[in-house]
Amino acid sequence: MGARGETWLWILQRATAAVLAGAVLVHLATLVYAVRQGLSAAAILARTEGNLAWLGFYLLFATAAALHAGIGLRTVLREATPWRGPSLDVAVLLLAFAIAAAGWRAAFGLFA
Amino acid sequence: MTATLHVSVWRGGAVGSLAAYDVPAQDSQTVLDVVTYIQRHLEPTLSYRFACRVGMCGSCAMTVNGVPRWTCRTHVRRVASGGRLELRPLENLPVIKDLAVDMSDFFGKWSRAHGAFAPAAGLGEDFARVAPESPERQAASAGIECIGCGVCYAACDVVRWNPDFLGPAALNRAWTLVNDCRDGDGAARLRAVAGDAGCHACHSQQSCALYCPKQLDPTAAIAGLKRATAKAALWGKL
Ligand code: SF4
Ligand code: SF4
Ligand code: FES
Repeated sequence: MGARGETWLWILQRATAAVLAGAVLVHLATLVYAVRQGLSAAAILARTEGNLAWLGFYLLFATAAALHAGIGLRTVLREATPWRGPSLDVAVLLLAFAIAAAGWRAAFGLFA
Repeated sequence: MTATLHVSVWRGGAVGSLAAYDVPAQDSQTVLDVVTYIQRHLEPTLSYRFACRVGMCGSCAMTVNGVPRWTCRTHVRRVASGGRLELRPLENLPVIKDLAVDMSDFFGKWSRAHGAFAPAAGLGEDFARVAPESPERQAASAGIECIGCGVCYAACDVVRWNPDFLGPAALNRAWTLVNDCRDGDGAARLRAVAGDAGCHACHSQQSCALYCPKQLDPTAAIAGLKRATAKAALWGKL
């Protein structure tokens, strides 16, 4: 990947970090709230089903997490192993897509 | 201080071993003095480099008790715990022999990072006027005193992990030129430093800044390059 690609990955990594910083807090607050209130699965679903705000939030969260993990893993592998070049880029892209797909599936599961 | 220094010195190339020498301790003795004593009195075949002996040329750097240092300005008293010194060649560079490393990669990366000044003005044009207090001039001044000693490069983990990484000194040099209003290399230099093993590979953990004998801050310079290249990418100018 050339100068433009590396720079865009860096920008993306910073941007997704900023999103995650907020999203993780919201996610944790939601978790604590659900546990404290002793909300059942049904009660949680009742709040999230058909709720576009939660759907949007979790789609964004999952996408940011997938991109952030993919870019970070690429960096770690390039430093810790001799694996570099296009095959690595494709592999982490596939992994990022798998993470995102799992997240999106869960988000839609809460929505519909 | 003990009257005798117990000094172990790396002998050989990539493969080799430590050899032990006893050197008389003296007041205000530098590590380079110790190496020179060994070469003149105990081991004439010992190879090492120095030139200026006053911290200007950048040729005398070695690993002293595990830490990269300029040896001509490192006093033995400050670094030899219990009168012991262990001297090895700089890390992250191929050893030629004993304490001399091959700096070709190090300086090759300066040219790969477009470390040469590329004048924007043609011959016969008027002198550029550089305001000393302008932020660009201040940023350039902060990094300009590099002596090319390679200490930062030897201290950098990312260089160790990825031998292609341009490294702190070359990137620091590039940043001084990015801030030089007389330079015309512009986007080409930004492209040169932003590639696969360029500024974005730096972890900002500041080993370079910690050990630089000139107290420069290559980490800050690299952060500047990250911002400058990101800005250029966002405006479609990279
Ligand atoms: S801050 Fe960057 S250049 Fe400096 S030692 Fe760390 S990784 Fe290397
Ligand atoms: S930045 Fe400092 S440590 Fe690195 S080569 Fe220049 S003077 Fe030496
Ligand atoms: S001999 Fe010149 S910097 Fe040490």
